[in-house]
Amino acid sequence: MLPLLATAGNEPEPFHPPTLADFFPPIFLLQEPTMGWIDGEEPIFGINRIILVRLIAAVALILLFVLGTRKLRLVPTRGQSLVEMGLGFVRDGIAYDLLGEKDGKRFLPLITTIFFMVLAMNFTSVIPGLNIAGTSVIGVPLVLAIVAYVAFIYAGLKKHPGAFLKNSLLPPGVPWPLYIIVLPLEFISTFVLRPITLTLRLMMNMLVGHLMLVLFFAATQFFLFSAGGFYTLFGVGTLAFGFAFTVFELLVCVLQAYVFAILTTIYIQLALAEEH
Amino acid sequence: MLITPLFLAEEAGEQPNPLLPAPYDLLWSAVIFVVLLLVFWKVVLPRMQALLDERAAAIEGGIKKAEEAQAEAAAALESYNTQLAEARAEAGRIKDQARADAAKIEADLKARANDEAERITAQAHQRIEAERQAAFTSLKTEVGTLALDLSERVVGESMDDARSAAIVDRFLAELEHDGANR
Repeated sequence: MLPLLATAGNEPEPFHPPTLADFFPPIFLLQEPTMGWIDGEEPIFGINRIILVRLIAAVALILLFVLGTRKLRLVPTRGQSLVEMGLGFVRDGIAYDLLGEKDGKRFLPLITTIFFMVLAMNFTSVIPGLNIAGTSVIGVPLVLAIVAYVAFIYAGLKKHPGAFLKNSLLPPGVPWPLYIIVLPLEFISTFVLRPITLTLRLMMNMLVGHLMLVLFFAATQFFLFSAGGFYTLFGVGTLAFGFAFTVFELLVCVLQAYVFAILTTIYIQLALAEEH
Repeated sequence: MLITPLFLAEEAGEQPNPLLPAPYDLLWSAVIFVVLLLVFWKVVLPRMQALLDERAAAIEGGIKKAEEAQAEAAAALESYNTQLAEARAEAGRIKDQARADAAKIEADLKARANDEAERITAQAHQRIEAERQAAFTSLKTEVGTLALDLSERVVGESMDDARSAAIVDRFLAELEHDGANR
């Protein structure tokens, strides 16, 4: 690679590897006011590219669903049946399936919002021009994980006001000496790890997905236009991989939205269950 | 080496920690979540639920309507069958009536014809009897007169009417008696 690079031109465009800085683009709006934060002063309302992408995704989602459900007909049009299919998938496939119709209806707005918010913000990772997932920066996954956390604790406390903590921490049918081991394990798995895994699973999937896509397309750019010559072949290869990974990314987008929504529902279901 | 500066060109700055959320990141995420939650909770899902309810009602209504139609059809068939049976019975009744009427008319005609024949026969008998009577009467008178004339001529004397009448009667009675014996 080296000799070719040297002969490629006077000032060859350097290879731009993806970096974590991609996820922290400069803030272009509302840099003031700021507040003291973990590592120095940070803007409170700052809008950077990531936030803008999220806002675009949110607006698109609102437009799609508000306009899509404006004139609902008994016999659906083609567009309406798509909207109905999306909502029906969350309603029947996730909420009613796991919680039953009564509790499913109670938590349906929450589950639907989580699913479609994650889905829309995942899809921005493969939409040309946006090219980054709104969920690849920790804010959205963390906020949604906190929402899920609050939701299942609320569901449990409301249903079994006295017994929820005991049921969660001290599973019945375990000999009491084992509680010394079981109690901290249950506490950590239920009340500590759940929100963390929810957050990290989603965020890291989308973050790594973005890094992979950038890597392939940046390499393609480099091989085709900077390296040239024999390396053009590599460029074709990386382009093909970039294409394949874009398709894979689409799958990941849907899958991660589904996983986030269904895990939230399962946590609520476990909290509602009589006994664990 | 040669390539190192190329790769490092963009990596100059400090790498940010992706696990540390910035305040604006959290704030906007929360705002977007709340807005989306409200939109789904207050607008989209109620509309969807209303549609589902309406659809369920329509399906139930359709089923009910179909059941009603079926019941109506069954009732119509029932009444049709009843009417058909009634019509058949009526037709049979009319046929029987017609047959009875025909028989009656025939019998009437026969009876009338018999009566007529009997009347005619009786009339004929009567007339014959009357003519016979007339003939007998006139014969009686003429035979009497003839006999008297004859006997007057034979006897040469006339007789009064009363006596002659008695003689004629006696003579005729003898004749009759003879006739009857013969």
